[in-house]
Amino acid sequence: MRVLKALAAAATVLALTVGAADAKDWSKVKIGTEGAYPPFNYLDSNGDLKGFDIDVAKALCEAMKVECEFVTQDWDGIIPALQAGKFDAIIASMSITEERMQQVDFTNKYYNTPPAIAVPKDSALAGVTPEDLKGIALGAQGSTTHSNYAEAKFSEADIKLYPTAEEYKLDVANGRLDAVIDDVVVLSEWLATPEGECCKILGTLTPDPVINGPGAGIAIRKGEDDLKEMFNKAIEQIRADGTYKKINDAYFAFDVYGG
Amino acid sequence: MDTYLSLLAWGSGGWGDEIAAGIWLTVTLALATLPIGLVLGFFVALAKNSEEPSLKTAANIYTTLFRGLPELLTLFIIYFGLQILLRNVFTSIGLTPIEINSFVAGMIALSLVFSSFASEVFLSAFKGIASGQYEGASALGLSRLQTMRLVILPQLVRLALPGLSNLWLILLKDTSLVSVVGLSDVLRQSSIAARVSREAFFFYFVACLIYLVLSIISSVGIGRIEAWTRRGDLGR
Amino acid sequence: MTDAALPPPPPAPKGWTGARLAGHVFLGFWVLAGFAIVLGVATGWDGTFLATYGPRLIEGLKVTLWLVFWSLSIGALLSLPIAAGRMSKSRILGGFAFAWVYFFRGTPLLAQTFLVYYGAGSFSAELKALGLWDFFREAMFCAVFTFALNTSAYQAEILGGALRNVPKGQREAAAALALPRHVTFFKVILPQALIVALRPYGNEIILMIKGSAIASIITVLDLMGETRRAFSRSFDFEAYLWAAILYLVMVEILRRVWDLLEKRLTRHLQRREE
Repeated sequence: MRVLKALAAAATVLALTVGAADAKDWSKVKIGTEGAYPPFNYLDSNGDLKGFDIDVAKALCEAMKVECEFVTQDWDGIIPALQAGKFDAIIASMSITEERMQQVDFTNKYYNTPPAIAVPKDSALAGVTPEDLKGIALGAQGSTTHSNYAEAKFSEADIKLYPTAEEYKLDVANGRLDAVIDDVVVLSEWLATPEGECCKILGTLTPDPVINGPGAGIAIRKGEDDLKEMFNKAIEQIRADGTYKKINDAYFAFDVYGG
Repeated sequence: MDTYLSLLAWGSGGWGDEIAAGIWLTVTLALATLPIGLVLGFFVALAKNSEEPSLKTAANIYTTLFRGLPELLTLFIIYFGLQILLRNVFTSIGLTPIEINSFVAGMIALSLVFSSFASEVFLSAFKGIASGQYEGASALGLSRLQTMRLVILPQLVRLALPGLSNLWLILLKDTSLVSVVGLSDVLRQSSIAARVSREAFFFYFVACLIYLVLSIISSVGIGRIEAWTRRGDLGR
Repeated sequence: MTDAALPPPPPAPKGWTGARLAGHVFLGFWVLAGFAIVLGVATGWDGTFLATYGPRLIEGLKVTLWLVFWSLSIGALLSLPIAAGRMSKSRILGGFAFAWVYFFRGTPLLAQTFLVYYGAGSFSAELKALGLWDFFREAMFCAVFTFALNTSAYQAEILGGALRNVPKGQREAAAALALPRHVTFFKVILPQALIVALRPYGNEIILMIKGSAIASIITVLDLMGETRRAFSRSFDFEAYLWAAILYLVMVEILRRVWDLLEKRLTRHLQRREE
């Protein structure tokens, strides 16, 4: 009986320390990203992380006066890795959706661009309506709002899911896919490269507010409101003081923040 | 031909050094898994060989589970599930959770699979050792540990070696699955090279050749070990 | 003094040996794990996961069975010439068969799958010219193609090993009875070989069921593919648990069926209780 009492006392003390641990000291923040989604986040030939997401992340860390460390993680496992504590935030062009909000919390958005469909240059496809895309092989990266969009709106198409954007690009170039769906910026940037010479944009799609959400945000573990506040304040700050615009203009000819 | 050779060059122009790093990871993963798998498999075999029914049942559940599940599924379950489990356990007792990186997850998953197959090999090897050996050892006054170490194990190794060498070759091939959870092994590096250079057939063929070479090297090594186990035999 | 009238002594109580303790601990662990899983599923049970993704998982199961069936069948057909080649005296045929078996048994199935799937993709222009592109375009066909080639190598070795295992005396006896070669092969050698080959064939089927999970990596929506898709939408670990249960059920059913088959086919070799 005394042993049990001692154990219960120890457990209570530990539980209390868990509660006390919530006031975390955010001087170092680990940021998880994919590294396979140019131009937002990708690895250059030296293996360094580059891209719009990375630059925004670095600017935010400067604004928050914290030290940031980047960790790459495959897209499929990025939310479980966040929940497991491998990093503290996801800055990888992750759209804010209801479905994801059941697993993680999001900051406010930091950009918003619509989806689009790309096809081979010699494609016979006429438009981007569900009827036009009936029965064709449509590729998308799995676990993304774009694959969800495809499954919801283009259910008559034969949807193929790939682990990364690179793989569906390969398959549309070699003719295995009739079309691919992804962010319009990602597709445009790819089409401008030599590998994207095969293809063209068929059309931009109207985002669905439920499927696509208000835009890309920063995902953090549920309940870590202090980190969320830090990021939100930092986003406002870089928007206000022109840092955001500078990064935006370095990559894009238009404002990606969106409406 | 020249273009192909240049693709494999060392340094920033070719993929030779990336693939070599992949080979290193594959080999270290397999070598790290081997001892854990062997030790686990040995103890599971001991459990299956014991008189105690509860121990036998527990061991049988273990082997049924990890021989029946696809290795890919075991890998995903360990990779995603173990982390969640550890996080729940650690946070409920108030400590910061320890991180399981992909290498450790791969090692654990492959050890579980290897050990369940190895336990079968060890079990049939146990059955192949005459009970007279145990009796003779106890007649000589050897303790149970000494019996195991001096009498049973050497014979066990000889009987189990063909089965275990087969399992090692299978382990070498199974390491390719960790490319799916982001580890930079041979296959993943080849995939990246294939994607970037657009020479998919060439790089995947090279990857296959690398695995073949690794298994040839292993066979040579295992032949040596086999000759060593037979060193006490009379020469013919 | 006789002990004949005395009752036998009661059996000695089984003490708590180390083995017994360990056994109970481990068994307890499994029971606890099973309980935790059931509890975890039951408390989070709103049935929504199964309601949303259950039908998809069943569809994936059907795809897996289709994949396994066609890979094994085509592989079995292919294994016949390969086995013949392995046993032939000709250097060229023997060498080709040996290389075939060595390649497909010595390289990982995943690497072979990528080789066929992405390799075909990089040769799409040439394949189109040969009219084969429509076949290699489909991930499903690429998967069956690769798996069939892979299993043909293993099945060739199983068949070859079994045929070699039939004692030479059988062939000599058949020759002494002046049986023609094809009768010898089909009525004497092959039935005996198939009995030896039965267990390895059963193992090969199980290995193919497990190996078919690899098809999910090249976008095939088999059971593993549907599971990954369900997990990527819901992040519910239940997905992998249901997949594990389905695979285990498949493998166990096959194992029991095969054991029954073996018992039935070797009933003439078993000791009868007289």
